[in-house]
Amino acid sequence: MSAQLSEIAVRATAASEAGISGGWLLRRLRSDPLGLLGLSLVLIVVFCGLFADWITPYDPFKINVPDRVMPPSLAHLLGTDKVGRDIFSRVLKGSQIALFVGVTSIVISQLIGLTLGLIAGYAPRWLDNFLLLIFDSIYSFPTVMLGLTVMTLLGPSLQTLMFVVVVIQTPGYGRLVRTATLAKMNSEYILAERSLGAGAIRILARHVLPNIIGPLFILGSMDIPSVITLEAGLTYLGMGIPPPAPSWGRILSEGYDAIREAPWIVVAGGIPLIITTLGFTFLGEALRDLIDPKLRKVV
Amino acid sequence: MAADCVLSVRDLSVDFLSPRGPIHALRRVSLDVPRGSIVGIVGESGSGKSTLSLAAIGLLANNAVVRGGQVLFDGADVLAMNQPQLRDLRGRRMSMVFQDPMTSLNPVLSVGTQMLDIQYRDRALGAADKRRKAAAALRRVGIPDAEQRLDRYPHEFSGGMRQRIAIAMGLLGNPELLIADEPTTALDVTLEAQIIHLLRELRREFKGSILFISHNLGLIAELCDHVVILYAGEVVEQGTVRDIFHRPRHPYTEALLVCDPARIDEVRRELPTIPGDVPNLLEMPAACVFAPRCPKAFDRCRTERPLDHAIGGTQSARCHLATA
Repeated sequence: MSAQLSEIAVRATAASEAGISGGWLLRRLRSDPLGLLGLSLVLIVVFCGLFADWITPYDPFKINVPDRVMPPSLAHLLGTDKVGRDIFSRVLKGSQIALFVGVTSIVISQLIGLTLGLIAGYAPRWLDNFLLLIFDSIYSFPTVMLGLTVMTLLGPSLQTLMFVVVVIQTPGYGRLVRTATLAKMNSEYILAERSLGAGAIRILARHVLPNIIGPLFILGSMDIPSVITLEAGLTYLGMGIPPPAPSWGRILSEGYDAIREAPWIVVAGGIPLIITTLGFTFLGEALRDLIDPKLRKVV
Repeated sequence: MAADCVLSVRDLSVDFLSPRGPIHALRRVSLDVPRGSIVGIVGESGSGKSTLSLAAIGLLANNAVVRGGQVLFDGADVLAMNQPQLRDLRGRRMSMVFQDPMTSLNPVLSVGTQMLDIQYRDRALGAADKRRKAAAALRRVGIPDAEQRLDRYPHEFSGGMRQRIAIAMGLLGNPELLIADEPTTALDVTLEAQIIHLLRELRREFKGSILFISHNLGLIAELCDHVVILYAGEVVEQGTVRDIFHRPRHPYTEALLVCDPARIDEVRRELPTIPGDVPNLLEMPAACVFAPRCPKAFDRCRTERPLDHAIGGTQSARCHLATA
């Protein structure tokens, strides 16, 4: 993963040096079918997440025992579960949870990673080494094991889940930002800027930050699906968001219990995960390729 | 020469720490930049030109260690200053133009953003005033449509234009000393001539001093009042342009002049060179640094380190032969 990080950093830096703007990216994206598909999928998921409370046909929490375990029909597009809740509504509501966990925890870990990374890149060697040691120690834990351990210790809840995600994601961003900062600090324009009297904070905020915000953004968009999958996975194992919240992982685990009588529940829980993962991955990869100056010349 | 100097370097020694031991980049270097003059520093690659210029503005790399000496800017020792004092100095009283204009501007910020940003210390000035000042600075270095150009990004300018912008940024705070570290090395010959012309014009206008670093003797002769010849981290000879170019007293200076392609009038298959290599800066001999390559070296040169011999009040050479 860290090889991927540095690769993105290099490409995005090259792109920023070639002077690429957001408008240019959007125009370029139009000629990339897979990227466009990714963008559409992401937009669909985001739309569902933002407007879930208005577009759900039923209350996703409403228990309706007479209508339990109904196969998909026009009334219930994805059928109902064991206590008669409308699964389509629960899937829509679930996109809200998934996006909230995904985006919020990525943003938080990026902010922390950015701060620590800038400090590590600028600070004296010993502090840099200390921060790297922390990053690497967290990195070396298997993700799911770390998640399960912390969730068991602190008890499953939305806050704990997000805490776990932030702890797992921060080192990656910290390392990316540190590497980019180190590279930038050695560039001549930083020296030139210092020779004109700029101080540490000015250099970091005005000159280093704009150079690394691009790769960080792209990496974030590629990390959102893995966070959503992690959330679903932990919830599936009963160590994520507690019921009755309709997390996709919860829908999956409930569907697993009833897989013989109602196989559509598992499918309904799995499809949105696939859509989201593919969407964000296609979009992220398209963005990454678009800012690669080598590929750009070929296109 | 000590009378009224903006910059006065006294016995400066700088080592770089390396895994193989300290590299003696500068050894007891002394030079003066009189107010209002242009002083040129000439030397081969690795002779310590850039180290000297970075030391003057207090921006030596982390692995550099000052072994002794002073860098006096207007009487105050730059090497003893703390960070706030240094920052106060940089940009306002002393600034620097770097070698490669392709890398010395931030690629992701427009030229105007960078030029406005660096005026952050003038709190009294509004954004519009700062912009006007930035545009005026660009006009002063000969960039037309300055007002519109402020919104352009560095990659939209050519190398020569970028170097003009870098100079404009350096002059924005009206410094008393501008350090130009090989400002034309990365440019082609036409642009080089333009930049030199510009520097000469600016010197008349802004009344500051310029420390001009180059390995091009022609440029130095064209632009400077005083010349300092640096060899392997030592000042081997210094004097006025007239002294150095007409009456060089150090064999190294003589050899440099012979090797300058612009001064060769005889058509030959091979260009003259100075035989041998620059000495290893890890272990310096106790004798004359140039002795191994010197055509005039004799026994004393290989055992005894020569002193600086003053010649006629304006010139000095570190050579046993310069006594007379």
